[in-house]
Amino acid sequence: MTVTESQKAAYIAGQAADARVRVEIEAEGMTLNLGPQHPATHGTLRIIVRLDGEQVVWADPVPGYMHRGYEKLCEVRDYAQVTTLINRIDWLGSFANEVPFILAAEELMGIEAPPRAQYIRTILFELARIANVCLFLGDMGVQLGAITPVFYAFRDREFVLNLIESATGGRFHPNFDRIGGIKDDLPKGWIDECRVALGRVRGFCDQMEDLLVGNVIFQQRTRGIGVIPRDIALEYGVSGANARASGIDWDLRRDQPSPLAWKHADWKVFTHPDGDSFARYWVRLQEVREATRIVEQLMDGLPAGPIRAKVPARIRVPAGEAWVHTENPLGEMGYYVVSDGSPGGPFRCKIRTPSFSNISIVPWLLRGVFVPDVITILASLYFILGDIDR
Amino acid sequence: MVAAEPETPPPTPRHGELVAALGEALGADLVSHAYSATEAWVRVAPAGWLQAGRVAKEHLGLSYLCFISGIDWLQNPGLGGEKAWDPDVEASDPPGDGPGRWKTGVAGGGTRFQVFARLADLTRHVGLTLKVDVGDGPSDPDHPGAAPRVASWVPLFRGADWHEREAWEMYGIEFEGHPGLRHLYLPGEFEGFPLRKDFPLLAREVKPWPGFVNVEGLPGDDDSAEDVEA
Repeated sequence: MTVTESQKAAYIAGQAADARVRVEIEAEGMTLNLGPQHPATHGTLRIIVRLDGEQVVWADPVPGYMHRGYEKLCEVRDYAQVTTLINRIDWLGSFANEVPFILAAEELMGIEAPPRAQYIRTILFELARIANVCLFLGDMGVQLGAITPVFYAFRDREFVLNLIESATGGRFHPNFDRIGGIKDDLPKGWIDECRVALGRVRGFCDQMEDLLVGNVIFQQRTRGIGVIPRDIALEYGVSGANARASGIDWDLRRDQPSPLAWKHADWKVFTHPDGDSFARYWVRLQEVREATRIVEQLMDGLPAGPIRAKVPARIRVPAGEAWVHTENPLGEMGYYVVSDGSPGGPFRCKIRTPSFSNISIVPWLLRGVFVPDVITILASLYFILGDIDR
Repeated sequence: MVAAEPETPPPTPRHGELVAALGEALGADLVSHAYSATEAWVRVAPAGWLQAGRVAKEHLGLSYLCFISGIDWLQNPGLGGEKAWDPDVEASDPPGDGPGRWKTGVAGGGTRFQVFARLADLTRHVGLTLKVDVGDGPSDPDHPGAAPRVASWVPLFRGADWHEREAWEMYGIEFEGHPGLRHLYLPGEFEGFPLRKDFPLLAREVKPWPGFVNVEGLPGDDDSAEDVEA
């Protein structure tokens, strides 16, 4: 087939027109400041986005509006006092923050908590995960214009928070974990109440499956949006459900030898090959279901016995370095604790938080997406501001 | 558990393999290593830092960047209130600069500042902590005021960007080859490096640590007895 001269000229003219339009759009580009206080930013995260029409050219997150300097503050407190601080890192799943730090201190001291304490720790850990991720399951709907799911989420999360409160005394900040065990045993009748609440959580998961996962609008807004390939996820240190939604079959609860009780339960790790916003939602939904199964099995097998090991009256952690990480609701959370053997607190406490790495991918991930998708992608990455800023 | 003591437990087979392979690739740039029951540490020479990261990522499968951070080993900088309650430290280590004024951690160290990073292989479920000496910073007698510096890992791991920005603003460690060391958390006009040990924490300057009562000897409490409670 031959191309006539006039066709060639028309093609060239078309290309030139396109190029002119592109130049004009670039010249008309806009820098949009999302946050720090904005209904769609989940706290005080500020993101500066450069827009070309509706598309993002680059995005630059500006964290730090909630920076509280916990790594410095940990150095001037003793080990028992540090748990008060680190409760406030991921404030929706607070108990899960305490556990790796206490495990690190126990590792340095050569103490291991008795089995009953490990079981109760794991139960509360998973309840923290349920309370945390339930909110995500509802909130994701809000970001897409569906208001109903978040009311269901708050309704059913309340039962879980009541459980945490009745066991620990604190709804959001239990401060319940101790070196060598836990503060108190579970109250009488708690296990029966817990079973009821877990049933409600499973009902909530079913509702979310009906309302959101099967919804055409939800699927159109999330499928193929915000895809994180496996290699990029690894380079940025993306962890937790975000990594599993990119096909990385890695869950520290299963893959890391740990004194906690996950190994005594029969449960599955869910992964999804797509790496998009939908996959991240789907994986988290399954994980809440699995968490309820873990808690039920652990309550069935809860051993009798003491809840605290023998610990010196004055805690003195010998010199050394320990790295303990666990699979927190948001991803891999770890504490690199350096002790110099003095009677006070840690010499250095590096807190590795999952949201920090999960959000550091945002400049890469938002390039080229459309403005409405910015909000859903951020929601699907699921971060807690205190977990980024510490 | 690893204390900084001469005898170390044997490595797990995977850690042993990793450290051996890293040693083969780096040669003399691998300065020292240490093991605990669950963890391995490797200290590399500053010149070999980038190469260590590359070998670990591309040849050893440690492709997951967990974190990069810094540490300041300066002991007892003589800040009012801060750790002033510890009688041992005060007696043996007078505050101020002088030789031997900082300790070293697992796998040793020769300078005040160190950068440490953790990489992991998510398929074989094994991780490794790498350390590097980055210099003495302002206390360095040969180069007073010189910032501690080391090669950036951004060419290897995109995620190193934020971690290195944080280490730079908290410790003043410069990463050569980083595309833009800007403040991450702190306002742009902030002066000083807050996580350095000689950066005073104002709250402790004003009011000494209230937890003092907990580390002070209890009446009738003998340190050698180490009494235990159930």
